[in-house]
Amino acid sequence: MIRTEDLGMVFVAGFMRKKVPALKGLTLDVKKGEVFGFLGPNGAGKTTTLKILMGLIYPTSGKAFIMDRPLGDVSVKHRLGFLPEQPYFYDYLSAAEFMDFYGRLFGIGKQERRERADTLLGQVGLSHAKDLQLRKFSKGMLQRIGIAQALINDPDLVVLDEPMSGLDPIGRKEVKDIILGLKERGKTIFFSTHILPDVEVICDRVAILVKGELKATGTVGELLGSMKALSVEMAVEGLGAEGLEAVKSLAGNAVVTDGQAVFFFDDPEKARKARSLVYEKGGDIVSLMPHRSSLEDIFVEEVRKGGQP
Amino acid sequence: MKVYAIAINTFKEVIRDKIFYSLLFFAVLLVGASVLFSMLSIGGTAKIIEDLSLGAISLFGVIIAIFVGIGLVSKELEKKTIYTIISKPISRYEFLLGKYLGLSLTLLVYVSVMSACFLITLYVFTGVLGWALMPAVLLAYVELLVVTASAILFSTFSTPTLSATYALALYVIGHLTGDLKGLADKKGAEGLKGLLDFLYYFLPNLENFNIKGQVVHGVAVSGGYIAMSVLYGMLYVAGLLAVSVLVFQRRNFK
Repeated sequence: MIRTEDLGMVFVAGFMRKKVPALKGLTLDVKKGEVFGFLGPNGAGKTTTLKILMGLIYPTSGKAFIMDRPLGDVSVKHRLGFLPEQPYFYDYLSAAEFMDFYGRLFGIGKQERRERADTLLGQVGLSHAKDLQLRKFSKGMLQRIGIAQALINDPDLVVLDEPMSGLDPIGRKEVKDIILGLKERGKTIFFSTHILPDVEVICDRVAILVKGELKATGTVGELLGSMKALSVEMAVEGLGAEGLEAVKSLAGNAVVTDGQAVFFFDDPEKARKARSLVYEKGGDIVSLMPHRSSLEDIFVEEVRKGGQP
Repeated sequence: MKVYAIAINTFKEVIRDKIFYSLLFFAVLLVGASVLFSMLSIGGTAKIIEDLSLGAISLFGVIIAIFVGIGLVSKELEKKTIYTIISKPISRYEFLLGKYLGLSLTLLVYVSVMSACFLITLYVFTGVLGWALMPAVLLAYVELLVVTASAILFSTFSTPTLSATYALALYVIGHLTGDLKGLADKKGAEGLKGLLDFLYYFLPNLENFNIKGQVVHGVAVSGGYIAMSVLYGMLYVAGLLAVSVLVFQRRNFK
């Protein structure tokens, strides 16, 4: 659906014509029907990539194709929906006028425009705000109508730049449901984000971008499988000073508070040994929690490797 | 269809902006004030109302053309509204053309409202029917179309403040190009003649659109002259828009 080959972008900034690379040799392949998460810290080049794909800026090197056609192809744009980051819209229009305007740009007939606008506004929970001017919209409402406008042409490929930002937990859940609903209908979704828990739930595949370079790509499972063994967290009560010392020597890390101690083990084997040790020394285990490494850990590690704090 | 959608949207944008109404208000105020001025003078009441009103229509039209014109493109970039437009099946030239036509339509409404105010004022206070003055309004409108196109051109590659400065400068120079020609034909200016001649033909000659003096004083203006002026204006607009599209096509929307 989306294919980039060695895509690069260099911005020229300031009076000294200083060259700032924003994207370095990005090669990606997003397949039809998948939900693809594009992750990276702020300034990694996610938005730059999306802008190139949408024809807003021209890449300085490399190639990119959407639906096997070169960028900017009008026939492709007919089957494309896009939500920019922190969208600003024509705030002098009402929600209904706004949707109508975007429908016109696709050459959709009047009757159908109205029907689709009604359906979509209902889907994003804005039916009550149909006649309200966008200048009176809250941030979350703007994000919602942004999603609605991206879907006005019933696109096959939906590209969303930070669709969850600025939304409260309920709003985020609704956006997730919309994305999953689109997937069910066979649409391809490509979205950038830095809100990681959402990604694990809805993405088929993810790519991690750091400082303009692709660091990892694959299914969430693949990326998680590549991580080290699980870690274990154990909370203990009633352990004497001697017992505490003994367990501490096994644990990688420990936090001792009044009467309770929490130990962290980076190796499950050590945790098992510590368990018998605790009982031996007359202590009691309050809780024992294995930690599955999350996408967040991978993300943080990749970013760290990339030289960022 | 798409150009039309953009144009109508631009029209709504300007019409729903308070700035448009405040300018319209002052323009109407000036037409009203022309009545007061005419009372202060001896005789020629109609001429003073006509002179001041036609001047007011032009002046405020130019202010709208420049200050709204420079914002048309830059505001879309600044507010990032253009992101969603360009990702839709619309070419960049269609977008620019739509923006231009939208403001042209707004100016047409402005000129029509102002003309109506002016004709009514003139009739009520002097009993004169001012139809003979309408060719001057027509050419004033064509001039606004040229000024709008120049404002759009500058705003495709420059900041709003600089664009306004350039557009305003071009407007002033456009009214003085006759002097360039005069200078070029003067003795002792042979070395500069080439340059001055080039500037004379290259820059828009906005005086072509100014027949206010003639119509107010009843000097006949031929239909041929008016037609040629309209044609000249249209060609100049086409040229300015073509360059705007070339610049806009290559631009990165950061």
